[in-house]
Amino acid sequence: MARTMWDSSVGKKTVMAVSGLIMLLYLVAHMIGNLKIYFGAGEFNHYAHWLRTVGEPFMHYEWTLWLIRIVLVVAVVAHATSAYQLSRRDIKARPSKYVHSKPRASYATRTMRWGGVILGLFIVWHVLDLTTGTVHPGHFQHGHAYQNVVGDFSHWYSNVIYIVAMLALGLHIRHGFWSAAQTLGVGSRARDRALKTVANVLALLLTAGFIAVPVGVMTGVVS
Amino acid sequence: MTEYLNYATGEPVADTKAPAGPVGERWDTRRFEAKLVNPANRRKHTIIVVGTGLAGGSAGATLAEQGYHVVQFCYQDSPRRAHSIAAQGGINAAKNYRNDGDSIHRLFYDTVKGGDFRARESNVHRLAQISVEIIDQCVAQGVPFAREYGGLLDTRSFGGVQVSRTFYARGQTGQQLLLGAYQALSRQIAAGNVEMHPRTEMLDLIVVDGRARGIVARDLVTGRIDTYFADAVVLASGGYGNVFYLSTNAMNSNATAVWRAHRRGAYFANPCFTQIHPTCIPRTGDHQSKLTLMSESLRNDGRIWVPRAKGDTRPAHQIPEDERDYYLERIYPSFGNLVPRDIASRAAKNVCDEGRGVGPGGQGVYLDFADAIRRMGRKAVEAKYGNLFDMYQRITDEDPYEVPMRIYPAVHYTMGGLWVDYDLQTTVPGLFAIGEANFSDHGANRLGASALMQGLADGYFVLPATINDYLARNPHQDPVTAEHPAVREVLAETEDRLGRLLKAAGDRTPDSFHRELGELMWEFCGMARTDSGLRKALERIPQIREEFWRRIKVPGTGEEFNQSLEKANRIVDYLELAELMCLDALHRAESCGGHFREESQTADGEAARRDEEFGYAAAWEFTGTSTAPVLHKEDLVFEYVHPTQRSYA
Amino acid sequence: MKLTLRVWRQRDAGAEGAMSTYEVDGISSDMSFLEMLDVLNEQLILSGEDPVAFDHDCREGICGACSLVINGDAHGPERTTTCQLHMRSFQDGDTIDIEPWRAAAFPVIKDLVVDRSAFDRIIQAGGYVTAPTGAAPEAHATPVPKADADFAFEHAECIGCGACVAACPNGAAMLFTSAKVNHLNVLPQGAPERETRVLDMVGQMDAEGFGGCTLTGECATACPKGIPLVSITRMNKEWLRATRKAGKR
Repeated sequence: MARTMWDSSVGKKTVMAVSGLIMLLYLVAHMIGNLKIYFGAGEFNHYAHWLRTVGEPFMHYEWTLWLIRIVLVVAVVAHATSAYQLSRRDIKARPSKYVHSKPRASYATRTMRWGGVILGLFIVWHVLDLTTGTVHPGHFQHGHAYQNVVGDFSHWYSNVIYIVAMLALGLHIRHGFWSAAQTLGVGSRARDRALKTVANVLALLLTAGFIAVPVGVMTGVVS
Repeated sequence: MTEYLNYATGEPVADTKAPAGPVGERWDTRRFEAKLVNPANRRKHTIIVVGTGLAGGSAGATLAEQGYHVVQFCYQDSPRRAHSIAAQGGINAAKNYRNDGDSIHRLFYDTVKGGDFRARESNVHRLAQISVEIIDQCVAQGVPFAREYGGLLDTRSFGGVQVSRTFYARGQTGQQLLLGAYQALSRQIAAGNVEMHPRTEMLDLIVVDGRARGIVARDLVTGRIDTYFADAVVLASGGYGNVFYLSTNAMNSNATAVWRAHRRGAYFANPCFTQIHPTCIPRTGDHQSKLTLMSESLRNDGRIWVPRAKGDTRPAHQIPEDERDYYLERIYPSFGNLVPRDIASRAAKNVCDEGRGVGPGGQGVYLDFADAIRRMGRKAVEAKYGNLFDMYQRITDEDPYEVPMRIYPAVHYTMGGLWVDYDLQTTVPGLFAIGEANFSDHGANRLGASALMQGLADGYFVLPATINDYLARNPHQDPVTAEHPAVREVLAETEDRLGRLLKAAGDRTPDSFHRELGELMWEFCGMARTDSGLRKALERIPQIREEFWRRIKVPGTGEEFNQSLEKANRIVDYLELAELMCLDALHRAESCGGHFREESQTADGEAARRDEEFGYAAAWEFTGTSTAPVLHKEDLVFEYVHPTQRSYA
Repeated sequence: MKLTLRVWRQRDAGAEGAMSTYEVDGISSDMSFLEMLDVLNEQLILSGEDPVAFDHDCREGICGACSLVINGDAHGPERTTTCQLHMRSFQDGDTIDIEPWRAAAFPVIKDLVVDRSAFDRIIQAGGYVTAPTGAAPEAHATPVPKADADFAFEHAECIGCGACVAACPNGAAMLFTSAKVNHLNVLPQGAPERETRVLDMVGQMDAEGFGGCTLTGECATACPKGIPLVSITRMNKEWLRATRKAGKR
């Protein structure tokens, strides 16, 4: 069955849909967590610490977090690899362009492809920035998530990178969520409107929720 | 020309295959008497099938299922595109699901009578018997026929018959049936039992030692002309309505396969029997390349009329009721707008000839739904005819809910074709003709929803049973190769013909000749024919033919994809077939079915059949281009349905 | 009407192609698009040039042979086949670009003619019900709910023209394949081969080099028969179901 999945274009789309939905679930949780920053350093840092102790005493310190990280890495890799392979297949299937070209024809595909690449690069940046601190523009301290975030968004280019990425995320989710539903076969004429609404609401909420953090820092509400 | 008219009457031709006995038992008897081919030996036999329409597609699939090696051809890029796909109305079957008094015998009776007593009873009865099996077969294949809420099949009445025996799939019955056959064929192609050659056109028949042993065909992509050999050849190449240039046939439907077979010895029967369909969209100008039919079901609710006065050019809505002539209702009060196709067509022609036609060029009559919309409401009319109205509007840019439709008759179907016996074998042993390509079941006029029935009956059930007998009786034929002198000769002739077309370097396009021939045929061999008109046509055709070879211009070469060459080569055959059609029409000095001779009509202008003199099928034998053919008559015996003069008044 | 046509000319599959410009005059708005091309071709033949090759046959919108991309749209600006497109959709003086279907799986044969045999092979892979002639039960033995019959018909309407592939930025054949899968899979007659059908047809579709679906919806917009985009969703569901079942076996 795994072989059938991976060998088929429809199967690879399924892999993308499932991995995409996993990431989406994670993002919802991530966004809710992020918003705690509006309740002050204490609560935010406490939350950050709690992430490492979830599941104790059954799980050891950071086990749950690592488990989530592993799942996420697998999802990202599966999503990206499928996307890359499918894109190559798509480009090969349409080697010559129409002389009279219509831009609308490839709008969704283009946003997904370029948006996907932007998001992939952003994830690397984001991990190096706020998880490891490697590229953090200010003074990065492990265990002080609140200060790291505020320090980060005090630099204009962090804001630009972050906001651009979140806008790309919104567009990606907008088409991606609905698309995943079609790939998994849950779409129908009756449900189409509902699915599109959910996709739009999710995209909007996540974008707004994530952007609220740098905006908070920039406006001084969070400092 | 005089030489061509001096045809000789040869020995009568008779069907020797239909067994004697009660008509209802003949098919069983024949199937029992026919020899069988051992299943293990079948794959050693190759059968060529030309065409992939309802008849060819179903035959190819079925023969392959039986174990034969089938080599099949179509000129289209895919077998799914054969012109059967355009049939709209439906398919008849004597299922009697409505319990409305239908039976095999009634379908048999209606078909013989509808054909104006010029069809063979044995064949027609078999067709009616098989009709019920066809529906079963198609449903099993997944053909999405219209159904009722209970999940059972829906039927409608069609073409003036009083029972509801027509099964349909909206207005696309032909498409759905053809796709069913195409899918069955595809399964056999995948299994390796059918070797399919799309974009390949048959250009001649190979006859060796008096038997059909193969064909010459051209690959339309590369231009390569090749020979293909077999133990039997089946022609399922459709009708020849495109002789008229404008018809409801597909642009590339052509007569080359049947005409070349005729030249190689197969008799051509009743070539003058052509069906003119009354409800087509009128032409809009000289640019017209083909005509589009609209289902005749429209006549169930639409009223046909023209203005009373000649040359009345007022728009329809400005013509008051008492200045309109609902001529069908006036002349045929009991049948009104539902008279058979030939009568409706001729009546339209008459009023237009009187100068009362409507629309551009005065070649049209109104088909008005205003009353129907008032009576049933626009919603109901939309539900019933919506797709036809849309099609009409797309083509004419007129809204038929607001202004009456304009219709005019157009060539639609050819009842004539290669003469075949009960086994569907032509006069060339080993050459079979099925579907519209043969002349068998419709006599002088085909009833609505019967073409699909006949095509599938021939392909699924008749031919696969009868061809066994031929193969079993001729089990060990010597293999034929490309080196055989007869093969070389046919190949050389074909190459020479195409070479001449390419070399002619004239100044007229193939289409210009086709159009000229078509106009001539429409005028003199169309809806109404006269002795003098047919003689005029017979004088003119050889002149056009002569001019054709002198002035034809075909660009490009033969070794490439060359659509002009394809066209020109088809016209070569139309120019000969047209002559035979006119001769047949001239010799048949009676009116029957689709063939109306003005000299032979009753006092009130109805077609007058002359059974004593013309109660036969006319099978013509080819003797040479421009030389008189030989007429062989097949006497038609009516034991069950006794000839009566049709009356629809 | 007077028009300027820019037409893709390509001698054969191996040759390089390019757009050529032609002028046609005296075009009536009642002409179909193909009749307009007939006028061009008559003109070209008489002037000793090679006429433009294009596929066409029934010219009533049902055979699926005609296949032109007109000003970037498969079958042109209206939702119909090229043969049913009329010149009244254009203005006097217009410049019209005419190109063939473009997809790796549909190589150009000449000018505007492409090879669509890949579609036939997809059908051969499983787009049928195995029902040998003579083996059929009585037609009324299995009633089919009207809704299912209508659903099947709606998908069976596909004419196999390939506009979906031509319009898809990925050259995908999902809409074509799904139309046949859905037509047969919903019917009781198609049930025994329900799983193998969808797996084999999708497999063949991939093998032919068609692209994957990114659900842009261009195919459904171009489809002259209105096969809906949700047809693809439905096939995905069938495919997943079949894959699951195959995994269990």
